[in-house]
Amino acid sequence: MTSSAAAEPQRYLEAQIRWRPLEIVFWLATLLPFVLTPSYLVLASQIAITALFALSLDLILGYAGIVSLGHAAYFGFGSYTAGLIAKWGWGEPLSGLIIAAAAAGLLGYLTSFIIARFRHLALIMITLGLGLLLAEAANSASWLTGGADGLQGVRMWNLLGIFPFDLYGTAAYGYALAMLFLLFLVARRLINSPFGLALRGIRENAVRMPAIGAPSPAHIRKIYTIAAVIAGVAGALLAQTTETVSLETLSFQRSADVLVILILGGAGRLYGGIVGAIIYMVARDQLSDINPQYWYFWIGTLLVAVVIFLPNGILGGLARLMPSGRSRA
Amino acid sequence: MSTAALSTRGLDKSFGSLVVAKNIELDLPRGARYALIGPNGAGKTTLINLITGMLKPDGGRILLEGEEVTALRPEERVKRGLVRTFQINTLFPHLSALEAVTLAVCERRGYAGTWWQKLPAYADAIEEAYSILLSLRLGASCYRPTRELAYGQQRLLEIALALATNPKVLLLDEPAAGVPQGESAELFSVIADLSEDIAVLFIEHDMNVVFRFARRIIVMVGGRILVEGTPKEIAADARVREVYLGGAHHG
Amino acid sequence: MIASAFGVLFDGFAYGMLLFLLSVGLSVTLGMMNFVNLAHCSFAMLGGYVAVTLTNEIGWPFLASLPVAFLAAAVVSVAFERVLYRRLYRATDLDQCLLTIGIVFISVAVAAYVYGTIQQPLNVPAYLRGTVSVMGQSVGVYRLFLIGVALVVTLVLVATLEYTRFGAQVRAAVDNQRMARGLGIDVDRVFAITFALGSGLAGLGGALAIEIVGLDHAFAFTYLVYVLIVVAVGGLGSIAGSFVAATLLGISDMAGKYYFPELGAFLIYFVMVTLLMWRPAGLFGRR
Repeated sequence: MTSSAAAEPQRYLEAQIRWRPLEIVFWLATLLPFVLTPSYLVLASQIAITALFALSLDLILGYAGIVSLGHAAYFGFGSYTAGLIAKWGWGEPLSGLIIAAAAAGLLGYLTSFIIARFRHLALIMITLGLGLLLAEAANSASWLTGGADGLQGVRMWNLLGIFPFDLYGTAAYGYALAMLFLLFLVARRLINSPFGLALRGIRENAVRMPAIGAPSPAHIRKIYTIAAVIAGVAGALLAQTTETVSLETLSFQRSADVLVILILGGAGRLYGGIVGAIIYMVARDQLSDINPQYWYFWIGTLLVAVVIFLPNGILGGLARLMPSGRSRA
Repeated sequence: MSTAALSTRGLDKSFGSLVVAKNIELDLPRGARYALIGPNGAGKTTLINLITGMLKPDGGRILLEGEEVTALRPEERVKRGLVRTFQINTLFPHLSALEAVTLAVCERRGYAGTWWQKLPAYADAIEEAYSILLSLRLGASCYRPTRELAYGQQRLLEIALALATNPKVLLLDEPAAGVPQGESAELFSVIADLSEDIAVLFIEHDMNVVFRFARRIIVMVGGRILVEGTPKEIAADARVREVYLGGAHHG
Repeated sequence: MIASAFGVLFDGFAYGMLLFLLSVGLSVTLGMMNFVNLAHCSFAMLGGYVAVTLTNEIGWPFLASLPVAFLAAAVVSVAFERVLYRRLYRATDLDQCLLTIGIVFISVAVAAYVYGTIQQPLNVPAYLRGTVSVMGQSVGVYRLFLIGVALVVTLVLVATLEYTRFGAQVRAAVDNQRMARGLGIDVDRVFAITFALGSGLAGLGGALAIEIVGLDHAFAFTYLVYVLIVVAVGGLGSIAGSFVAATLLGISDMAGKYYFPELGAFLIYFVMVTLLMWRPAGLFGRR
């Protein structure tokens, strides 16, 4: 049993990780699109998928401090794996998802040995290089991936045997949302565990970690693999709900976009990726008829503004306005 | 004579033509209270870096309780009980002091790999961390982020992190660096109160502190050990006085 | 394209020289201030568009537009450094990346708005077109010109570094910034000048690049990757490193495209990743 001396610090730590009422409201609100905006369920599913992808990046960037310019590699790998499984005849969504996630996780595990050895510019370049390598390989292996035309012939069976993936997107959103919530719970548990604390230690001061006996490379490999699995799930969801896979899922463009989204929302705050995804995708949808060049002008300006005025993203800015609770920077 | 807690044999390191360590031989017995002194640039911090594995020596051996650790990575040496603190605060700015020390305790206890259990569930680790903080008089401010702590408290946190690893050998790099005179005495009384099981080597420039707390002094100059002895012997040594010509006015 | 190993080597070397001009400024400023300026190629792009405007719209001779491209890029970069970059010298790698990526986005959008998204045509003067015979091989005149310019620039850079006081200050600042300040060197001024020169060289490179690889609104992005590869592989703060890395990459890319066209850019990325794994600080890097 806990002695009274440790009761206070324990209460403090418990309070840090308690569910806030706002969080519960948020997750309940994610059910609203079914009722309020049923015609936008396809967009909602896209947002959920992007949010999940951003969440996976947050685990390595926001919590372990690994700047990756090639995270789309795991997203795309999961996407193609799921697509290929369905194309080759096995259209069951959940099992396909699990296999795709495992495949992406394996890729993540293998590359993590490289990633864990480097820091700063070399690390950024290597993540970039690995992502570009995979994208080039996929481009060249058009007999497998369909090349620039994308993967054709992906046919999904009904979700849980009941819900078809149709144009209305009901099954798509339900599926994506359920996965997002589930993996969010996993991520939340992870962040609030001793391992999560170790990750934050790596981010806060990588030099101090070996001095307290921490095996940083092993920690990094672990979180990188987990993040790859989650990114793979997001990619698989995209493949399954849209019944198509394109080279874009592996592209530098997607890696850069998810980075922007996470920074916009605020890294290291668990909800940053979700908030960023919502804002980014809704804005892009509303402004989609605008010339794409204008879009990049505003994104660029936003990025500059965020870095200079809101270094911790939107959530960071909001946290500064509200004096309450934890400061998770 | 029982095995020394820490020994080095023939430790060498050069950067091109700059010799930072030459044939360093030292033995730290269990419960030692040794001071390492010398002019700036003598290679004292470099020696700590070499012993802890942050710097790779050109030659020589390092033994911890008789066992060779020369080839081990820094974190592996820490696991065996060879621990150091930093001259410049090397802390976790946004973690609270409690979180930081709990992290060190969790790493030692092997909890840091588990990601499916929430941190508050590890009551034993939290309790240990808290008691370490209490013993260093950091209990009241342990909930605040490290960067909000006063400088003197941060220096104490440096030591707290080291203690959380359950060290057998503790290498303190200028533990009172930058701390005003009044507070440094308190800091050193904490060090003096450390368990007799721990062998302590501290780098220090303040001769008053050195003569008060050290039972033995090692003098380093230009990467070499000039002389080693009791405070009385060192105070009387002509070579040491020559090295410190002009009096002890460092730091 | 000349069907021989010599041809691949020559064209590859020329391409490498272009990459060198584009990259050397970034390598030195990164090595000096550790500021990750991903918008470096935006300045290159600016130089390119200045050259295009001067020669196409205003009718200047191509050669005369080159110094203007250099100057324009240098001046604009100084403005950016004063207004924006200065605030972030102490910021994290990530923040610097993000700020400068934001600038890249903006520059790409502005370029598309002003010039459209098409490839820019450029009328290179007649004496720079065609081929000449060198050692029995037929080589492109323009590429020869490019190599010449790059070699002259290299000589000037090396001479400045080795023999002038400013060069000594640059070397000191790259080697150990704190100590350089301690010695009384105005590191901020040295950096500002170096930054302007480096961006100017990028602008020159951008102007020269048009004939070899073309110029469009996405140039700042497309060539960023190659420049980053050169800088990372060559090592920060090293002119020699940039030179060697650029040559290596230029030739690898040509060789790859010629002998293994199915691999595409795979070879360059593969070379980069393996080189970085072998030497994370770059071939000539320090840390």
